[in-house]
Amino acid sequence: MPYPTDRKYTKEHEWITADGTIGITHQAQDSLGDIVFVELPKVGTEITMGKAFGTVESVKAVSDLYAPVSGTVTGVNETLATAPEQVNKDAHGSWMVKIKVKDQAEMNALLSAADYEKFVSEEAGH
Amino acid sequence: MSVVEATPIVRKTALNAVHRQMGAKMVDFNGWDMPVEYPASIGCGIVAEHMAVRTGVGIFDVSHMGDIRLAGPEALTAVQHISMNDASRLAIGQAQYSALLFPQGTFVDDVIVHRLGEDQYLLVINAGTREKDFSWVRDNTRQFDCKVEHLSDDFTQIAIQGPKGVDVLQKLSDADLSAVKFYWLTRGTVCGIKNVLMGRTGYTAEDGFEIYIPADETTSARVWYEILEAGKEFGAVPCGLGARNTLRLEGKLPLYGHEISDTINVWEAGLDRFCKMEKPDFIGRAALEKAKAEGVKKTLVGLEMVDRGIARDGYKVLDQAGREIGYVTSGSPAPFLKKNIALAYVPPAQAAVGTTVKVEIRGQEVKAQVVPTPFYKRPKKT
Repeated sequence: MPYPTDRKYTKEHEWITADGTIGITHQAQDSLGDIVFVELPKVGTEITMGKAFGTVESVKAVSDLYAPVSGTVTGVNETLATAPEQVNKDAHGSWMVKIKVKDQAEMNALLSAADYEKFVSEEAGH
Repeated sequence: MSVVEATPIVRKTALNAVHRQMGAKMVDFNGWDMPVEYPASIGCGIVAEHMAVRTGVGIFDVSHMGDIRLAGPEALTAVQHISMNDASRLAIGQAQYSALLFPQGTFVDDVIVHRLGEDQYLLVINAGTREKDFSWVRDNTRQFDCKVEHLSDDFTQIAIQGPKGVDVLQKLSDADLSAVKFYWLTRGTVCGIKNVLMGRTGYTAEDGFEIYIPADETTSARVWYEILEAGKEFGAVPCGLGARNTLRLEGKLPLYGHEISDTINVWEAGLDRFCKMEKPDFIGRAALEKAKAEGVKKTLVGLEMVDRGIARDGYKVLDQAGREIGYVTSGSPAPFLKKNIALAYVPPAQAAVGTTVKVEIRGQEVKAQVVPTPFYKRPKKT
């Protein structure tokens, strides 16, 4: 699975674009399995880098969503409330929240597509 | 001081390499390296696998289940002594759901008792309790003239489950499977292997068979693939433990360590109809008599989430005022029913169908309702 190079990635398997759009990776949806529930914060919520800001549930498990960087939520993908399976079908095309990034410098610490792909293959090697 | 930790031994069934080859997601299940689900690329995933079993057929490797054989002149007496159902009612070739109990009336394990012959019984037991069960059975049957054997590693056990299960297996066997009733057994040739034990049993709340073949890898893999191939026309898919769990939950079939355990008794678990108090004495009976007289303090109920949210194992159940009254033993989205369901222990006073309760989900109180169980009952064949 190619990881788009127009965004950055976290070791917790989230992606974020330069304009602050956040989702989870193909790898994340694959390991979760059938996603049935996505719980997201309301517009205006402050989220903090590394802290949980929502949850994704599959049939078998609950996972926290971790903020790649800090910021304020400016948009929430409401379609995921009724069609969470979209994330399984197209994880990199199914955004979850948009945020106004607080400090662009925090973006620099995130993984590139190539680094993330390497991280995923190393994780799988365990 | 240094602590030397025992290296955990990962156990594998004879089909382990097959699961990996098929791209299954593997998990540690009670020390067993087992498939939880197969990949979406071959039409699988928990939901797809679950639906295949409800509407067509799904194939499971359940070789991690254990098998104990009791044989000898006093085999029946021994089985009667260690299990709660009445094995004297079994005809040769018949099976029953039962349980092994501690003297306190709580569960060592739940089992399927198969009567294989005049003085021969096979107990099919859970993977995680194999050694405990075998020791328990051996230690508690020493006084009887019967041989107790642990045959768990001798068989690859494959479950062929779903309304089309019988059709799939029939293509591969010379036995007349239509004549085999639910919870009865037969023997016949399967995929060229003679004298294979086939039981019309399962853990999916669906029709189907479980077959027991020799546990060598080559034979196991060949039979696995032949069953999948024979099932192709019925949409057969391989199924993992994920679907096995959601299927059994919809059917309210208990899972050891969740609905039943060494701290829960038969009455609490609602398994009264499998416990025959009128049969000769058995381990746990006296305690159960006392427990019945005293009345139960908690009882197993089915919950359906009313508000958005999924109850998971261990979550607290609250009354409408927010007071803790019980706990969830198993909870999940139900793929066929398309509802979020759970099993939970609550006091009898709050167990009536229609009672509104709440489940604490990550700090939030989410409304749920006590509903009739089983959540799912397979349609009767016309």
